[in-house]
Amino acid sequence: MEEKFAYIEGAEQPISMHPKKFALWLFMVTVVMIFAALTSAYIVRQSEGNWLEFTLPDIFYYTSGIVILSSIFLHWAYVSAKKDELVQVRLGMSIAVILGILFLIGQWYSWVALVDKDVYFVGNPAGSFLYVFTGLHALHLISGVIFLIIVLISSFRYKVHSQSMTPMEMCVTYWHFLGGLWLYLFMFLQLNH
Amino acid sequence: MATANLATHGATDHDHDHEHHDNFITKYIFSTDHKMIGKQFLVTGIFWALIGGFLSILFRLQLGFPDMDLTFLKPLLGGWIDDAGKLDPNFYLALVTMHGTIMVFFVLTAGLSGTFSNFLIPLQIGARDMASGFMNMLSYWFFFVSGVIMFISLFLENGPAGGGWVVYPPLSALEQAIPGSGMGMTLWLIAMTFFIASSLLGGINYITTVINLRTKGMSFSRLPLTIWAFFLTAVIGLLSFPVLFAAALLLVFDRSFGTSFYLSDIYISGEGALPNTGGSPVLYQHLFWFLGHPEVYIVLLPALGITSEVIATNSRKPIFGYKAMIISMLGITILSFVVWAHHMFVSGMNPFLGSIFMFLTLIIAIPSAVKVFNYLTTLWRGNLIFTPAMLFSIGLVSFFISGGLTGIFLGNSAIDIQLHDTYFVVAHFHLVMGSASFFGLMAGVYHWFPKMFGRMMDARLGYIHFWLTFVGVYLVFFPMHYIGIAGFPRRYYSWTNFEFSNMYTDLNMFVSAAAIITFAAQFIFLFNFFYSMYRGRKASLNPWRSTTLEWTTPLFPGHGNWPGEIPAVYRWPYDYSKPGAKEDFIMQTVPLSATPESNLPHEQELVKLEKEIIAEEEEVLVANESKES
Ligand code: HEM
Ligand SMILES: [Cu+2]
Repeated sequence: MEEKFAYIEGAEQPISMHPKKFALWLFMVTVVMIFAALTSAYIVRQSEGNWLEFTLPDIFYYTSGIVILSSIFLHWAYVSAKKDELVQVRLGMSIAVILGILFLIGQWYSWVALVDKDVYFVGNPAGSFLYVFTGLHALHLISGVIFLIIVLISSFRYKVHSQSMTPMEMCVTYWHFLGGLWLYLFMFLQLNH
Repeated sequence: MATANLATHGATDHDHDHEHHDNFITKYIFSTDHKMIGKQFLVTGIFWALIGGFLSILFRLQLGFPDMDLTFLKPLLGGWIDDAGKLDPNFYLALVTMHGTIMVFFVLTAGLSGTFSNFLIPLQIGARDMASGFMNMLSYWFFFVSGVIMFISLFLENGPAGGGWVVYPPLSALEQAIPGSGMGMTLWLIAMTFFIASSLLGGINYITTVINLRTKGMSFSRLPLTIWAFFLTAVIGLLSFPVLFAAALLLVFDRSFGTSFYLSDIYISGEGALPNTGGSPVLYQHLFWFLGHPEVYIVLLPALGITSEVIATNSRKPIFGYKAMIISMLGITILSFVVWAHHMFVSGMNPFLGSIFMFLTLIIAIPSAVKVFNYLTTLWRGNLIFTPAMLFSIGLVSFFISGGLTGIFLGNSAIDIQLHDTYFVVAHFHLVMGSASFFGLMAGVYHWFPKMFGRMMDARLGYIHFWLTFVGVYLVFFPMHYIGIAGFPRRYYSWTNFEFSNMYTDLNMFVSAAAIITFAAQFIFLFNFFYSMYRGRKASLNPWRSTTLEWTTPLFPGHGNWPGEIPAVYRWPYDYSKPGAKEDFIMQTVPLSATPESNLPHEQELVKLEKEIIAEEEEVLVANESKES
């Protein structure tokens, strides 16, 4: 029936995505635009000279590793949820939450490291931008952790399983996105400073 | 498929249950019904339009009658009128800033998109409601909070923000610069943050709804042009408002935390040098205009969409070039992101970059011209019915032409060096953006009032309102071209110190008088609007004999819009005066198989398939019903 419909439809069918998931994608587009704006502002400003040179805190390597690990564990939880293996779901998600919080703590220490290098939020924009990037990203990551915790709690209430994956899929998508966003920012900073 | 059907059934039953529990608060205040939210946006927009219009009258008094004694305004403005009856110069700057902010964002963005995207998207695509009613409600309430904060800022001791609606730093970043850069500016930024959140929540909803919730048969190539316009507007907003947020965020840091994103090497008399170094004010302009230019299309596109619908209906003709309309809107959407620096030709930007932006800017005239051409050809030899909505739509086309032409002047960087920041620019954008979009808004209100309130607005008052406003707008803004060419800079409190300005005293007076009359004419509309809401003639189900889905709903659609099944769609929305047809319009819900007399050859071929599908649909329905019982 679906194929036959194609004729009235003039080939287009409403895409078969859950509206809430779709809305989440659109939300991620807005987040991308914020960081696209900020990183292009960074480049424009940098090209004008008077730019403070400093090395990035090494801790960024560790936090990047943590964020990748957390995504791996979350993916494991997601695959397990599809197979209705609830114990693994809870374990994987709990580890992801803990790693997420570790990441945030790590980012805080990156600020400490910056201050030790005499790079402050108030001062040359080269440093200020770094604080804005990491801070704004951390804020989004906090929202991601909260989302994870909400889904984790509902998994303890037996509400996450192969027949009810939407919230799980959404929080997994969001989390991978936030991890990817951090890796982008880190790479961007590596290449442009 | 069967399960999906069951699921929708469940959802509607649920909605029906709700209906009985609606009390005043859930129905009129914290409503999640898209129709009510649309009306909330409309009424709030009208409120802001009155405030914004009133502010403009205040500064027009100053500009047209610089020697006037304004003491009679003292009860209202208090300390802003000094003992000699003169308007405070700083308050003048606050007035233009607030006028611009209110009109661009609160009236023509929220009041226009918010009203009509909310009201029309579900009705015209055949959906029960928006994808998320709750987010939709939040969108309105964020807008409301934003408005409350902006309103409070009007009454601050030091006045509201005064740096122009574009709030360029360093002027807006330093409290010492002008009184308006203090608390007023802080509240401006907070209000705009709420506003951005509201726009994004709304936009995400509009896009999701259009993509996911169209009824059977409503393909993208059958969407009314209104929906295309609202959809693309939402896409533009989604991509550009976050950038404004980024710009504002950095401005907040500069203002309140002492960073130097936009500030560098500034000396303040009596204070010496500020510590900020390394910032770039041009950076702000780039970020701002990356939103700012798309924003003008956010304001205009919905108005153009409404116009397409109204003009086709009231010409009793299919819109000319439906596909070309869509393609040119797509073109405008894309191009609107690559022309922003035409606002910065004289900002010290690299002139080579300027010539690239000049080239891109002039390209945008092409899709704009295509749209104008299509409106005119739709009108050409149509059976024109001059409803008030139709008049306002034609008015829009007129402003779009006269204001668009001056855009081409300004787009040439060499001419813009002379004209930038003069009244020529003010004339340009008030015609092409302000008045055109305002007329689109009015056309929409007159046209969909019967669907909103089940009653008709009075047409005769509508005609009076139209002619006064139409003539008024030209009398106000046309002379401004000459004033601008003569060299009058905008955002000046007075020019009486300049010798050359004497020649234009009368013209400025004339403009101000025309502005007051035009503003006064809006009260005719206001009366008509509220009077007709309660006392208007009862509307029929399809008063304009239009083809789109909203006219298949009951006179007062409940939450869920259609009492039974959502109708399916079998044709495009512009089957007006089809040769051979019994009437001069065929609704989108009429199957091709029901109109053999008017089908075109390729449509006739589709009839057989269509019949099969209808039969299958019925089978599914029967199956469902037997399952349910
Ligand atoms: C033919 C297409 C158009 C061209 C080539 C064009 C070009 C320009 C240019 C170059 C400026 C900058 C003038 C200056 O500040 O020196 C300008 C200003 C402006 N244009 Fe257009 N424009 C066009 C259409 C439109 C449309 C359709 C809208 C709105 C719906 C619009 C809204 C504005 C606004 C609001 C400003 C002034 C912003 C401000 O400085 O406050 N323009 N236009
Ligand atoms: Cu522009």
